[in-house]
Amino acid sequence: MSERQGAAVVIIGGGVTGLSAGWWLARAGVDVLVLERGIVGWEASGRNGGGATHVYSPFGLEEQRLWPQMDELLGYPTEYQPYRIGVALTEPQLALARRWAEIGAMRGFRWEALDRRQLKELVPIVGDSAIGGTYLHFGGHANPQRTVQAYAWALQDHGGRILQHTTVTGLTVRGGRVTAVETTRGTFGADTVVVAAGPQTGLFADMLGVSLPLAPARVEMIATEPIPLMRCGGVAGNGLYGRQTLRGNLVYGGGPHEWINVPDMAAPDHPNTPLVRNLARRLAELFPGAAHVRLIRAWGGVVENTPDGLPVIDRLASPDNVILATMSSVGFGLSPAAGRGVSELVLHGRCQFADLSALSLGRFAETPPDWRERAGWVSAGTPVAGAAAGDGGGD
Amino acid sequence: MRREADPRSIAGKAPRPERHVAIVVVGGGAAGVAAAVEAAGAGVEVLLVDENPVDNDMMAMDVPLYFGQRMQPSVRNRALMLARVVESNPALTGAYEAGVDVQLGTCVWGAFVNGPTMQQLDAPMLGLADERRSWLVGYDRLIVATGARDVVLGFPGWERAGVMGANALFSLLTRYRALAARRVVVLGSGSLGLRTATRALEHGVDVAAIVEVAPRVRGDAQRARALEARGVPILTSHTVRDARGPVGEVESLVVVRVDDAAKPVAGSERELACDTVCLAVGLTPSVELLALAGARLRFDSALGGWVPALDEAVRTSVATVFAAGDCAGFHDGMLANPELARRQGRLAGLAAAESLGALGRREAALQRATLDGPPPTEPPGEVHGHWQAWLGSLIHAGGWEVNVCQCEEVTRRELVETRPPRYLTWQSPQMSARSLDTLLRDGPINQDQIKRLTRAGMGPCQSRRCREQVALLLARATGTPVDRIPLPTFRPPIRPLPLSVLWPGDEPPAMRGDWVSWFGIPTQFSPHWEAGMAIDEPTAHGRLILSDE
Repeated sequence: MSERQGAAVVIIGGGVTGLSAGWWLARAGVDVLVLERGIVGWEASGRNGGGATHVYSPFGLEEQRLWPQMDELLGYPTEYQPYRIGVALTEPQLALARRWAEIGAMRGFRWEALDRRQLKELVPIVGDSAIGGTYLHFGGHANPQRTVQAYAWALQDHGGRILQHTTVTGLTVRGGRVTAVETTRGTFGADTVVVAAGPQTGLFADMLGVSLPLAPARVEMIATEPIPLMRCGGVAGNGLYGRQTLRGNLVYGGGPHEWINVPDMAAPDHPNTPLVRNLARRLAELFPGAAHVRLIRAWGGVVENTPDGLPVIDRLASPDNVILATMSSVGFGLSPAAGRGVSELVLHGRCQFADLSALSLGRFAETPPDWRERAGWVSAGTPVAGAAAGDGGGD
Repeated sequence: MRREADPRSIAGKAPRPERHVAIVVVGGGAAGVAAAVEAAGAGVEVLLVDENPVDNDMMAMDVPLYFGQRMQPSVRNRALMLARVVESNPALTGAYEAGVDVQLGTCVWGAFVNGPTMQQLDAPMLGLADERRSWLVGYDRLIVATGARDVVLGFPGWERAGVMGANALFSLLTRYRALAARRVVVLGSGSLGLRTATRALEHGVDVAAIVEVAPRVRGDAQRARALEARGVPILTSHTVRDARGPVGEVESLVVVRVDDAAKPVAGSERELACDTVCLAVGLTPSVELLALAGARLRFDSALGGWVPALDEAVRTSVATVFAAGDCAGFHDGMLANPELARRQGRLAGLAAAESLGALGRREAALQRATLDGPPPTEPPGEVHGHWQAWLGSLIHAGGWEVNVCQCEEVTRRELVETRPPRYLTWQSPQMSARSLDTLLRDGPINQDQIKRLTRAGMGPCQSRRCREQVALLLARATGTPVDRIPLPTFRPPIRPLPLSVLWPGDEPPAMRGDWVSWFGIPTQFSPHWEAGMAIDEPTAHGRLILSDE
């Protein structure tokens, strides 16, 4: 294939991390090109719980700072809504909810404990089974589908380019640098390459002789018909994550994941299992007042995890113009900050607003090749050709 | 070294079916019953499920058919409706007598099969439900005979009670004997429209008119003349301007003559008194279960749109799944001659039984030879051009401020301008600059993407009332052939079911004990500034770690 118009920065993967990074770069006037195998945000980036409450992360403070501004910065709606409520049905659940709140408090955020009466006032569909909860005056949630599209459009508005339906097939390395990205629609020259390809990020690392331990897994979610809007839609608990959307749908996930085998570059299917029933049960337990509400859809997605569940956001030593960016299954909420962090790695060689040393690839230098076996993170089936995965994190 | 499997993963606790059956047939119409009887005759265990009588609340949501609130209160009497479903379909009794396990009032809301990203199921299985509970049934072979749905096209006032589909009207009229309509206007003069009008008259329902956008009657001329002889005007070259009446009801339908360009002719409006407007423009195969079962679908306009790819034994691309009857492809010939569906059903039953080894090859071939070939019929023609003609005339007569999606209240204009939903009250210059045209620059049109942006098709009717009109409108607005617009995905549950019905009563202890909201990796959510501290969700295996460990 012929050489096509490359870019200063070529980003592999049109998921939420790659799009955010591309948007930050385009905003800074950088010539950026995003290559996406399918449609932007089509995998886990656009199908997740929409949570934006990750203050534990090195990106956490920036996440909290940026979300309230995102609609304005992007010029498109993200449906961001502030605050979170944690509902507990058991003492261990209450301890967990409080723990989340206390981590926020350590970062200077405010929260308060809710008793059953206060909880019922705020969340009328909880029942007598709720023993208490937390109200976080921080965190929030947004609409993943709308947000990924907003990043993509805003990136274009700043002069960046996105090529959809373009699968990357190889990386051209010359003189210790990646000089071009090879795709099904030609070869694109690049000064810097960002790999934000979700579960496939490891395959690109492999191409460069770098080991990035990633285990893909399938997870699923359910959505109900709309019900009247609650004062705060960011309500979760009972082993579920999720939110009430601004339309009124209850959208929740949780429960067993399925470790699957290494994806190739093809788009995955997104099956559900009968686990949708178990999810329905937990949702009805969490919200007995909504037990009569109808489930109208469910979906599944593929996400990736590193051995410690933390992101890898790092610039490779060699080739030294490549940045790896996987959010280890928790990418959506952190995307405003993570994308900014990646853009700074591109522009300045380091992230100026956060210490990313905990997210370096070097921490896995001693990880044995059979780490998945050791962790029990293995698929039941034999490796299957055609198994593939998404472009970003779930949350 | 391999340790135990991740206890928070699905390994070892994948949901199991409460029952396993050799052959499950879904749909108790002509094709489904024939398939079930044929397979049972070969000595195979067969379960036949049919969702009739449909739960009254679901009917009110226009699921599975476009009932348009034209049910009499008697549909609330399930025992009575069950009796009528059996009475109106004597073949069901025949199936029961042939040894088929017949379960009525039972819908299928999901099909779950292993694939590249799902490997934990013991067997392919279906999710079933009645009005009280849901359960899982494993199968060796699945025969899908789920019929067809009405193609729905909107006009001003189509949200009113009394606007309904022809298949739903047939169902209420003949299956339930519970149609609450006195005087109906039928839209469409093809076989479907003429038949609807004829049936309505036979059952004592007045037919105010048949309205047809084409310049000529599309169906059988003799049948049309018979209807005219009974006083039913057939208004060709006409379309609908709007449905009128007091709040939420239909009292009349205003129709208008159209010119060669499908545009309304000024001054030609006429108001037809009616309480019901029946869309009989076309039917499209109900393929959602086939899609979930993994069958490859292809577009064939002559068969009503997206249909399963089938071999001569009516086997789909999935070796264990067969399709028969209207869901395998609908055309006017199917309507005229139920033998076609019956024959497909018998073929499916034979093929499924043979594939299980219940019939030898020779025996199966002999049986097949007893099936008459399909009677000669006119080769079916494409239908989407005609549907587009209807849509074009409705746009000319009714404008762009008409809902294309009722559940989510998305208008035609909002769809083609890819507006975010009104409740967001979002405005920005950037958003205003985006449209179908700008999307087209980035790639081919994709109905699922438009759905996410506008919400058209995301409501409780699960896009049964808007799927086709959204596709037709997108095709029209972008100049894309409708077959090039990818079929939007179907997701389980394909019937909107209450959480309390889906709720499994049989959850194993491990499911409960090891349930976590995300992966349960203790370091995943640990505060980065406190090295070594982990936070773990409470499970039977894990514990909440509150301090440094």
